[in-house]
Amino acid sequence: MAQTETTSRIKHRGQLGARAQRGRESVVTGVLFLCALVSVFTTFAIIATLLEETVAFFREVSPIDFFTGTKWTPTFTPAQYGVLPLLAGTLLVSAFAALFAVPIGLMTAIFLSEYAPSWLRSIIKPILEVLAGIPTVVLGFFALTFISPEIVKPFFGTSQIFSALSASIAVGIMIVPLVSSLSEDAMSAVPRSLREGAYALGATKFEAVRRVVVPAALSGIVASFILGVSRAIGETMIVALAAGGAPNLTWNPLEAVQTMTAFIVTLSLGDTPQGSLEFRTIFAVGMTLFVMTLGLNIVSQYLLHKFREVYE
Amino acid sequence: MISAPAALRRRLVARRGAGWVFAIVCALAAGLGIAALAVLLIDVALEGVGRVSWDFINSFPSRKPEDAGIKAALWGTIWLMALTALFAVPLGLGAAIYLEEYAPKNWLTQVIQVNISNLAGVPSIVYGLLGLALFVRAMELNRSVLAGALTMSLLVLPIIIIASQEALRAVPNSIREAAYGVGASRTQVVFHQVVPIAIPGMLTGIILALSRAIGETAPLIMMGALTYLTFTPGDPLDRFTVLPIQIFNWASRPQEAFQETAAAAIVVLLAVLLAMNSVAIILRNRFQKRGLG
Repeated sequence: MAQTETTSRIKHRGQLGARAQRGRESVVTGVLFLCALVSVFTTFAIIATLLEETVAFFREVSPIDFFTGTKWTPTFTPAQYGVLPLLAGTLLVSAFAALFAVPIGLMTAIFLSEYAPSWLRSIIKPILEVLAGIPTVVLGFFALTFISPEIVKPFFGTSQIFSALSASIAVGIMIVPLVSSLSEDAMSAVPRSLREGAYALGATKFEAVRRVVVPAALSGIVASFILGVSRAIGETMIVALAAGGAPNLTWNPLEAVQTMTAFIVTLSLGDTPQGSLEFRTIFAVGMTLFVMTLGLNIVSQYLLHKFREVYE
Repeated sequence: MISAPAALRRRLVARRGAGWVFAIVCALAAGLGIAALAVLLIDVALEGVGRVSWDFINSFPSRKPEDAGIKAALWGTIWLMALTALFAVPLGLGAAIYLEEYAPKNWLTQVIQVNISNLAGVPSIVYGLLGLALFVRAMELNRSVLAGALTMSLLVLPIIIIASQEALRAVPNSIREAAYGVGASRTQVVFHQVVPIAIPGMLTGIILALSRAIGETAPLIMMGALTYLTFTPGDPLDRFTVLPIQIFNWASRPQEAFQETAAAAIVVLLAVLLAMNSVAIILRNRFQKRGLG
């Protein structure tokens, strides 16, 4: 009998230990779960603050004037709140940046994934990573002190320091590493058997790349382009330094423009009291920016997801 | 009859030629990115290196460009990074460990995961708006280092989480199974076995995230950190400025002398970044050599 008592006591102690351990486990799990929830909280906080001020803004300014007006003079009297000049500035800078960065990024990716020997790849990739890590304020300075006077002025014959084009080139330099690394990932994920099939049919390397590898990786490549454009739209410091800051409704890249991001920064340089219409204006513009980039990011993620489903 | 193979051969030469032209164009494109980086570094170095001195690092900004220095900005950057790391590192690692090791595969986990990748794509200036409304105004932290660091933490959190998740995913499953096999609980498996192996990879992610934060300018301008300061922060509620903002301030002035001062500050900023990136690369190489990359 004594023996069974001991056994049961041991069992009992074991159960106690197991219960304490389970308790510890659930505390740890709970704390870690809260850490993960912070990201959800961040999203809610972003949407809530943007919405609150944007709704307050639209109580004072009609949405129709905001989205269709062609004059942006929020700090003058009479103030006009047509966002089109800012939108045009943003699209102009992003479009020209993409015009440089997309072909260069894609061809860099093709070179790295299909042509470069591995020793060369191991030199070029870290350099591109360093380029990706250059702070944008430094690229803005570069646009102002080098791209504008040494490239844009002599080649395009303008006398202006500030132009959408100088900013575009710098933004393009910023997104080349992004486009090239994501496109390269996509092309490296294309199975070897597809390339070998092309060679077996008598294709040259160029034909295999152009007709087989790139089409097979297309959704991943397009996703990288879209992500690059989204990054260009959200870029702030380069345009704040180099694009000029004049809300112009123009398609001429040699003129000075103001983008949505540059407007937000410029207005924030002064003191904007909370509750003032100026304060709400930056949130309304910020909301427009947020919705645009979020839309592009979702499309890009959807494409990447589809791509992964095919090959992984 | 003989002309067909000859024509075929000619076509083959043309096809191979096109291939060579394409390969060369691609190589040139790859070279262009590197050339841009080289020109940028040379441009900044030529203009700025001459101005970097102990006096430059140890002086406050001044209306006279030749007396201006980066003391306030450098100390502001150090304060900001220390506080950002304090908030973002535990939160980011905790979230990554939860998502990789604990989370059940359900819709909530899916939502959190998608949400994190979306947050990584939100423009930094939008974080500035959030910081302005939430930390500066609603929580009345004003334009303090603390408010700046909280904003920066939210901004780098997705980067830390994604990188740390990758590091955890690279730990082979056999290690988890072996630990479970000898009777370890989940927490023991994760914290005694998996996390120690993933630490170098996580550190790389943390360093890369912080080096992104060091160069971020826009959100801090939104929070009003652009100031002419002649003191360094003494506690987390003091006002502050940081290196990139000081650079922005000098670069946007018309005088040539201030451009030089801006270039000198960029040299210092890039030196700090280079040091951080080198550490990250060394860690990553060590990580890969152990066969876990």
